Amino acid sequence: MGARVGEKTVRFDMPPNILGFSSVVGKDEKNGPYGACFDITFEDSLWGEKTYELAERKMQLKAVETAIEKSGLKAGDIHILIGGDLLNQIISSGFVARQMGIPFIGLYGACSTMSESLLIGAMSVDGGFAEHVVCATSSHFATAERQFRNPLELGTPKTPTAQNTATAAGAVVLSAQRGQYPSVISATPGRVVDFGINDVNNMGAAMAPAAAETIITHLEDIGQRPEYYDAIITGDLGIFGSKLLIKYASELGWDLSGVHRDCGMMLYGDNEKMHCGGSGCGCSASMLNGFFLPEMIKGNFKRILFVATGALHSPTSALQGETIPCIAHAIAIEMGCSI
Amino acid sequence: MNYLWDFIIGGLICLVGQILLSKTSMTPARILVLFVTAGVVLTALGLYEPLVKLGGAGAQVPLTGFGYALAKGAFKGVNESGLLGALSGGVKGTAAGIAAAVIFGYLIALIFTPKTKK
Repeated sequence: MGARVGEKTVRFDMPPNILGFSSVVGKDEKNGPYGACFDITFEDSLWGEKTYELAERKMQLKAVETAIEKSGLKAGDIHILIGGDLLNQIISSGFVARQMGIPFIGLYGACSTMSESLLIGAMSVDGGFAEHVVCATSSHFATAERQFRNPLELGTPKTPTAQNTATAAGAVVLSAQRGQYPSVISATPGRVVDFGINDVNNMGAAMAPAAAETIITHLEDIGQRPEYYDAIITGDLGIFGSKLLIKYASELGWDLSGVHRDCGMMLYGDNEKMHCGGSGCGCSASMLNGFFLPEMIKGNFKRILFVATGALHSPTSALQGETIPCIAHAIAIEMGCSI
Repeated sequence: MNYLWDFIIGGLICLVGQILLSKTSMTPARILVLFVTAGVVLTALGLYEPLVKLGGAGAQVPLTGFGYALAKGAFKGVNESGLLGALSGGVKGTAAGIAAAVIFGYLIALIFTPKTKK
């Protein structure tokens, strides 16, 4: 069983292995610089379904099925499905769990869901409470617009600091099975941080302090410098939020500029239509599973810190003038250390 | 020349909307309501009439033009049927616009489904 290290970090005794992982993305993501990395892509944002919500559910279902298949397991082998998404009552995940028939723990961590589910999944496996778990999440541009801003019918334009919710899903199979796999070494659950930003079109700026705090806490807890990791990966800070992260961290005496990568900035490349970059649960999930984990297996990264960031506001709280509480969880993944 | 002035006046009104969208955190719904009420207030103060004379459709098609029609209708109602006309005149004056919005909105919703941008 794992042990606590430092102030907030958990280190796993038998680091759970990442047996399989998957990514499913839509057209804009497929046309981005990492388009060739993803397992499944689709052209039409409805993906043959009647509503965007059904399309998102299909994405997450395909992600879960593909991850289980790639891990060489069967759905019946999985002890717990841990998932969440951005919609009211996390319906995408709940309906996927209905279809899969696997015991389900639903999470709401907004765009931090991939790292939140990995954190809880790794604890379950290392604690001996589950042999194999699946961690899954999804987001869809059109469903998120309806949920957080306006339905597409209204045709409202975006502001310059806005980010584009990624149409993407990802799933990861964590397992107690030994072998040469990327494994989750340690994790740092984040504190909810609120710097008083209330502009919902500037989420990157709101989330940057949460990312900075979790990253610095993690590094202090394990007693390492940022260069210990080949990449410190934030979820969806975007162009503006990433600049703020580097600035906040340097004010606190940490230079992250050499190792920091942001999935939101990477996903669409220089596509101006996407404003400040990608966001949403699927943004970090698809980049982790489509790019970073395969690169680890290829040997190009040995050690990464995956820090998906989430904004925990609701449309109602935002309209009532509340500021945006934000969170970031850090997951340290290392290649081949627990054979 | 008429077309040019329509274009300039209409464009300037839309520019105000774009600045509000880009520079403030106002929601689109608030901006729409602001435009209608601004049209009413400007008309009541006699400031919008010159814009309509100069810009024609450029001043009447944007939402401030809807406010203009509301205020004009209210004035007309007062002249025709006294104070009660202030309440009924506005809707009378804009009845064609409202009915057209409902009918065409309904028809378009029947024919098309929204899609994500290409």
